[in-house]
Amino acid sequence: MTLAVTAVALLIGAVLGAIVAAAKLSGNRVLSFLGSVYTTVFRGVPELLIIYLIYFGGSTAVTAIGQAMGYEGFLGLPSFAAGALAVGIISGSYQAEVFRGAYLAVAKGELEAASAIGMSRALRFRRIIMPQVLRYALPGVGNVWQLSLKDSALISVTGLAELMRTSQVAAGSTRQYFLFFIVGGALYLVLTSLSDQVFDRAERRANRSMPSAMGQV
Amino acid sequence: MDIAFLSSTMVTLLKALPVTLALFALSVTIGCVLALVIVWMRVGGNRYLAAFAKGYIFVFRGSPLLIQMFLVFYGLAQFDFIRNGPLWPLLREPFVCAVLSLALCTGGYSAEIFRGGIRSVPPREIEAARAIGMSGFLLVRRIIAPIALRYALPAYSTEVVLMMKSTSLASLVTVWEVTGVAQRLISHTYRTMEVFLCAAVIYLVLNFIVLQAMALLEHVLSRHLRAAPPAAKV
Repeated sequence: MTLAVTAVALLIGAVLGAIVAAAKLSGNRVLSFLGSVYTTVFRGVPELLIIYLIYFGGSTAVTAIGQAMGYEGFLGLPSFAAGALAVGIISGSYQAEVFRGAYLAVAKGELEAASAIGMSRALRFRRIIMPQVLRYALPGVGNVWQLSLKDSALISVTGLAELMRTSQVAAGSTRQYFLFFIVGGALYLVLTSLSDQVFDRAERRANRSMPSAMGQV
Repeated sequence: MDIAFLSSTMVTLLKALPVTLALFALSVTIGCVLALVIVWMRVGGNRYLAAFAKGYIFVFRGSPLLIQMFLVFYGLAQFDFIRNGPLWPLLREPFVCAVLSLALCTGGYSAEIFRGGIRSVPPREIEAARAIGMSGFLLVRRIIAPIALRYALPAYSTEVVLMMKSTSLASLVTVWEVTGVAQRLISHTYRTMEVFLCAAVIYLVLNFIVLQAMALLEHVLSRHLRAAPPAAKV
């Protein structure tokens, strides 16, 4: 459950991050201002608050929509959706900065060369920008994944039965708090160190065309 | 928009601000000292101390802060020797538990940041200092620490902002700081959006102030870089 919620959140975050990064880089002043507001707000407000806001605020919104459509009573947002959305929005603000940095790392000369041989904007984006941005962004995305993995523990406050919530319930019902929290913590350690290795592999694979010196930062 | 409600909410939340600030200040200070000790172990050259520091950093960076906090708050109370021990009056307090776990966690992160700073000290400067006869503590105080501090500052300011946000987790171990009070207000009024937005504004302002202070510090510490002519820059 922890992995599922984090993976969905990372996907939501990737889409949001790409949009916000595009907005910040667009050169349009209104768009880049909106992008900055997004990244500042969601990186400056505690994750716990955002999860509460989305969970309760989202439920209020869903209820309002339901009432407008003639449904009486309270409609809750499922805790999985609310949690994934909240962590997704947070990771989106971090990923936006990661993508922006990666785009800025693409050498200007390559873009000019692509234009010079007559590539259209779409082709240039697909052939020149995308592959390089993905490669440069990979370490940053790995960081965000680790952050989201740990943020996902906060989703337990909405009652979603992920790793944290399960160890809490187990600890509460057996009164063996120390044991179950240690086990829960150890499982998180396993997850983070495993994903560290996965990202290491991916990075090495993405950099296999580069001279070896560039792979080692 | 209900201005009267918003302003009364703001006043209630601001009353909880000292608790948040105390959590923040204590845990950042203790965490910083802790990080210095750990980074000293990590780079000090003793193999066992270095392994211990590595393990510490791995554990505290790899697991969620919430689980660490619950471990300290609920977990420690399980053992009789802690319950009967001399520290129990302190460890019974949720505030102390929150500060303890926040400090332990930021100690791990900051140690890694400081290590990055130390590694970026040019070896030539250390060699030069050794050549004119500096050694030990004097070398650290005059050469390594000032340079490492300046390199580590940008990453450390991020960590400090993260700490400010992490203090909100203390509400889950029943410390009445801004987020906790916001939740209590909501259970009385059922006005989720307004209360949480007020709390969010408070945190945003706090983080803005922290970032400005850090930027100012960085500005002061890099005065010599600005004074130098562009050609002399490394």
